[in-house]
Amino acid sequence: MSLLEIKNLHASVNGNEILKGIDLTVNPGEVHSIMGPNGSGKSTLAQVLARRESYEVTGGSITFDGKDLLEMKPEDAACEGLFMAFQYPVEIPGISNAYFLRAALNAIRKYRGQDEMDAMDFLPLLKEKMRMLEMDERFLNRPVNEGFSGGEKKRNEIVQMAVLEPKLAVLDETDSGLDIDALKIVAKGVNAMRDKKRSMVLVTHYQRLLDYIVPDFVHVLVNGRIVKSGGPELALELEQKGYSWTEPELVGKR
Amino acid sequence: MSSTVNQINDLTQQEYKWGFVTSIDEDRLPPGLNEEIVRAIAAKKGEPEFMVEWRLKAYRHWASLEQKHAEPTWANVKYPPIDYQALSYYSAPKQKKELKSLDEVDPEILDTYSKLGIPLHEQKLLAGVAVDAVFDSVSVATTFKAKLAEVGVIFCSFSEAVKNHPELVKKYLGSVVPYTDNFFATLNSAVFSDGSFVYVPKGVRCPMELSTYFRINAQNTGQFERTLIIADEGAHVSYLEGCTAPIRDENQLHAAVVELIAHDNATIKYSTVQNWYPGDKEGKGGIYNFVTKRGKALGKNSKISWTQVETGSAITWKYPSCILQGDNSVGEFYSVALTNNYQQADTGTKMIHIGKNTKSTVVSKGISAGHGQNTYRGMVKILKGATGARNYTQCDSLLIGDKCGAHTFPYIEVKNASARMEHEASTSKIGEDQIFYLQQRGISKEEAVSMIINGFCKAVFKELPMEFAVEAQKLLSISLEGSVG
Repeated sequence: MSLLEIKNLHASVNGNEILKGIDLTVNPGEVHSIMGPNGSGKSTLAQVLARRESYEVTGGSITFDGKDLLEMKPEDAACEGLFMAFQYPVEIPGISNAYFLRAALNAIRKYRGQDEMDAMDFLPLLKEKMRMLEMDERFLNRPVNEGFSGGEKKRNEIVQMAVLEPKLAVLDETDSGLDIDALKIVAKGVNAMRDKKRSMVLVTHYQRLLDYIVPDFVHVLVNGRIVKSGGPELALELEQKGYSWTEPELVGKR
Repeated sequence: MSSTVNQINDLTQQEYKWGFVTSIDEDRLPPGLNEEIVRAIAAKKGEPEFMVEWRLKAYRHWASLEQKHAEPTWANVKYPPIDYQALSYYSAPKQKKELKSLDEVDPEILDTYSKLGIPLHEQKLLAGVAVDAVFDSVSVATTFKAKLAEVGVIFCSFSEAVKNHPELVKKYLGSVVPYTDNFFATLNSAVFSDGSFVYVPKGVRCPMELSTYFRINAQNTGQFERTLIIADEGAHVSYLEGCTAPIRDENQLHAAVVELIAHDNATIKYSTVQNWYPGDKEGKGGIYNFVTKRGKALGKNSKISWTQVETGSAITWKYPSCILQGDNSVGEFYSVALTNNYQQADTGTKMIHIGKNTKSTVVSKGISAGHGQNTYRGMVKILKGATGARNYTQCDSLLIGDKCGAHTFPYIEVKNASARMEHEASTSKIGEDQIFYLQQRGISKEEAVSMIINGFCKAVFKELPMEFAVEAQKLLSISLEGSVG
């Protein structure tokens, strides 16, 4: 059974239709990359998957792990195993990284009928994941994302993903704002989490990320529709030719 | 943002949980205020002549102020004129004889406190907290008195202090807040009926937290209590107060006065969790909390620290202040003030630097939701002789929804060029993006809001004693419940 099944998805923001009929199937263990020019609807797709309320779904369906995702609140989607790494992670002043992440993990565990984890068990787990992303332990007690550099925020997102162990991770422009060293660290963290069950959707503008996280499938999103799908070689083609060459096909589809 | 506003509206549907009324016989004076009433209050309490005189001086001063309509109007709050002649100035649970022990307290009253989570029976008390309970206007029970007496700490009702320690009351009463101080303090001086009294002798570190729990029960009465705390040389005391009231349609006046005196090397820490009935969702009813609180850091190296969490009252008008008279003395003010629905708060502090190398810290966190209006008003005054004085002020406002308001009025007056002043201020809106971020990690919307608010208030909560901090956090979530949809 597929983990994620998107059928003829239409979505609007402030009354403007951004997604105009998306079909996408992601099976367990697969990594899909969604590429496309600015304004094509990539981030909208990510936000819709995370169930952000301001993105209105006007048509179609999304099934996640056999359940209707569109019926879920954002926190329920998270508890069902959907994680989004944010393009712009927000700051939460006064709440330490460690406290926040344990609250998140325990909310998810509670939802699943598991015992909550106490601080004694949680800290070693968090420290291990932080080492993997080469984050200093002082980030444990710093308020969530407050005063973090762009790269530190992105690494912190992947630390959270590693702790929460989602079934599906949606990475929204995780490579933006990263220098090459940070990109390698992030990719290492993401790759360490790839396995036969866990699926990922990488939303990205540039092919660069895909040198380090090699996807199984690449989809090109233009003007709210997937206009081309293929293997990792498609990303290289895009890198060479840009996005404009896909457009005649788009015109053809109209 | 609209969804956040809806959530705010939902959260505010939460009812006030402490709004029950206790049915007990009360002994109350007829409404109205004149010299006869003032004398009657003093007579009911069997007060010595010096107290009667002091009350009458205060009353006469107040009457002249009232004639001139000198009730303060500078605060950023709106309310209809108060008819002072319609209020009753004394209401007490009826009791036949003087109480010898807790067993003699009216079981209805004990039941009220246990409903509020304040078990008065000593054996049930949280270890290390002595409680004085003030019901309407009189103190009904003080616990752990004997244990405190062993180390020389006096902790009793104000009435008892007048009877048993008149020399201390005479020496310190009005020494920080004189009866002429302001309209409401003057009114209090004339009619106050009880309150708490603390004296910590030289060199004694008070072995437990002291706590007073205030409860207004009776209808159409004002509550006017007075607290006086004296820490002698090198003494150390931490004092907590909590307040609740039943749900009533009309507004009730609470005009208290608190005076603190710290001698050389003494420290007084005063924490408040104020949860008077705030009125209903339409702004009907609720307590007018017009309170004067001031501490005098009289001795060298003395320290006075105020921490307040203000979630209740229809209107809060309150400026816990420090007079830093002793050299090297320290004043602190940590405040969280929340206004929801139609609540209004005008609160802040005054730090008056008189002595050399005096230091003050002000951290104020205002949260506005619903139609709430929240004002920070603070004054830092450095007098000529206060060489080397320092002040740090941080004043942050958080807005939830788009119908509330946050206002800031900082006054700074510096007369000594060596002073160092820092002032930081910020206003922010609780962001839908913050709430969504936490939700995406599996945390429910209500918990997300409460987490963001607690983070915002962290610098203040960490100043509260542990149990109080937990209570304050809970109270804040309850007060905001429904305020984010």
